[in-house]
Amino acid sequence: MTFSTPAVSGTALALVLSMAPCSPLRAEAVTAPAIALSCAGCHGPQGAGEGSVPRIAGYDRQAFVQTWSAFRANERPATIMNRIARGFTDAEVAQMADYFASVR
Amino acid sequence: MTNLTRRTFGLATTAAGLALAAPSVLHAQTSARLVVIGGGFGGASAARYARMAFPRLAVTLIEPQTSFVTCPYGNLLLAGERTLPQITHSYEGLKARGVRLVHDWAEAIDATARTVRLRNGQNVPYDKLILSPGIAIRWNAIEGYGEAAAETFPHAWIPGTGAQTALLRRQLEALPDGGVVGFAIPPNPFRCPPGPYERISMVASYLKAHKPRAKILALDAKDAFSKQGLFQDAWNELYPGMIEWVPLNKDGKVTRVDAREKQFETELGSRHRIDVGNVIPPQSAAKIAIDAGLTNETGWVPVNPLTFEATRARDIHVIGDANIGQPMPKSGYIANSTSKVAVAAAVAALEGRPAPAPTVYFNTCYSHVGPEYGISVVGIFRPGETAFVETANAGGVSPRGPLAEQREHRRLEALHADAWYGAITKDAFS
Repeated sequence: MTFSTPAVSGTALALVLSMAPCSPLRAEAVTAPAIALSCAGCHGPQGAGEGSVPRIAGYDRQAFVQTWSAFRANERPATIMNRIARGFTDAEVAQMADYFASVR
Repeated sequence: MTNLTRRTFGLATTAAGLALAAPSVLHAQTSARLVVIGGGFGGASAARYARMAFPRLAVTLIEPQTSFVTCPYGNLLLAGERTLPQITHSYEGLKARGVRLVHDWAEAIDATARTVRLRNGQNVPYDKLILSPGIAIRWNAIEGYGEAAAETFPHAWIPGTGAQTALLRRQLEALPDGGVVGFAIPPNPFRCPPGPYERISMVASYLKAHKPRAKILALDAKDAFSKQGLFQDAWNELYPGMIEWVPLNKDGKVTRVDAREKQFETELGSRHRIDVGNVIPPQSAAKIAIDAGLTNETGWVPVNPLTFEATRARDIHVIGDANIGQPMPKSGYIANSTSKVAVAAAVAALEGRPAPAPTVYFNTCYSHVGPEYGISVVGIFRPGETAFVETANAGGVSPRGPLAEQREHRRLEALHADAWYGAITKDAFS
């Protein structure tokens, strides 16, 4: 698994082109935001999914936020995601939703 | 002194030379040598993340072994449900990502000169050091438990090449039916808080199938432990009458072992004859952290909760079991999660930027307690001013309840545990 999937590379290129004059290093910011990095421990690198743990890469942004809210409210069957969901703020969930929606 | 990174450095400079503009920032980037000591969950994850997120960084991983045997799932090996190759991971994936592997012992750190001295005498210079050295056993903290005694009573708590775990497995196989398996369990803090209790469970699972008259005597230097209610429910349900757990307040603390007489002796002088003994001894940060002056009186390394930089040395970020992370557990997941934060903080400092904003340090620890029976604890932590803070009203353990009601939950968590193992080892080694 790498970060060179077409969608992400496209974003990378766009960032390089738009920001290169002052800060070419920003091209590297296409890697996951810090808040999304810990998901990899169960969902796999970049949320690719692993065994019984579902893929979250490419998850629809709005569905991600709604599913998260349902876990948080115990309105969706869960083993551990309900316990996890309660520990993150709406802003953090939004960041994760943005990121995983961008991964193909 | 041999500059081991000269060649890598040259390549990094060339690659960056093709990029555009911003000379001052580029200078910081091209001259950046990130050295990682320790190829476990923390160090491997750090090296992998560093190469992926900051591709122009020259990353060197110093690790004496050419492959890594995980602590997680070692307990399943004891039950005969995994083999050593199944819990062994190579560094080829990291090499393919451009991590320079140096298979030697890191003997010493010179924090002023910013070099790591290898056993072979060479020095490896760094701009930022990620130190993920793991733990050391406090030999003879329990009287009679030195390195020789570990050949009779394996600790199997630092896998190394897997020899200790394999030894304990062979001893269990040779145990006569009706024999006693003794455990000596340390006080907090120690590596993998639920680990001893998962081990008790997996040994019980093996005994139930193969030596049903055998007993387990678990002598503990604590009065409470991780996922205690869930473990004890499972022991009563799956292994009734087999496991006796003795807490500190019932004279559970083992203070002396006798490898020749095969005895564990507790604080108040009770002597327990055992056939197979697993001593999980008191621990500290690994020797290199102590020698480098990074540890405090506890034997562990105080760090800045935002950056993981050691409070006693600049430019050395200490992650994994060696640091003082309470209330975070000393777990592979925390090592993996925080490794990325430490790398990002180190790179920010190299580039003259402030440390990245606080984020979540995440932990889930699954334990197998029997066939198709998994339990978990979740912790969500954030950096405070001087310590780590657990996020309230979140995380926690699997729901308790009779197996008849929770069977599907337990089955799914056992599956998720297997998925976790696959996912996190990919995030560290692939």
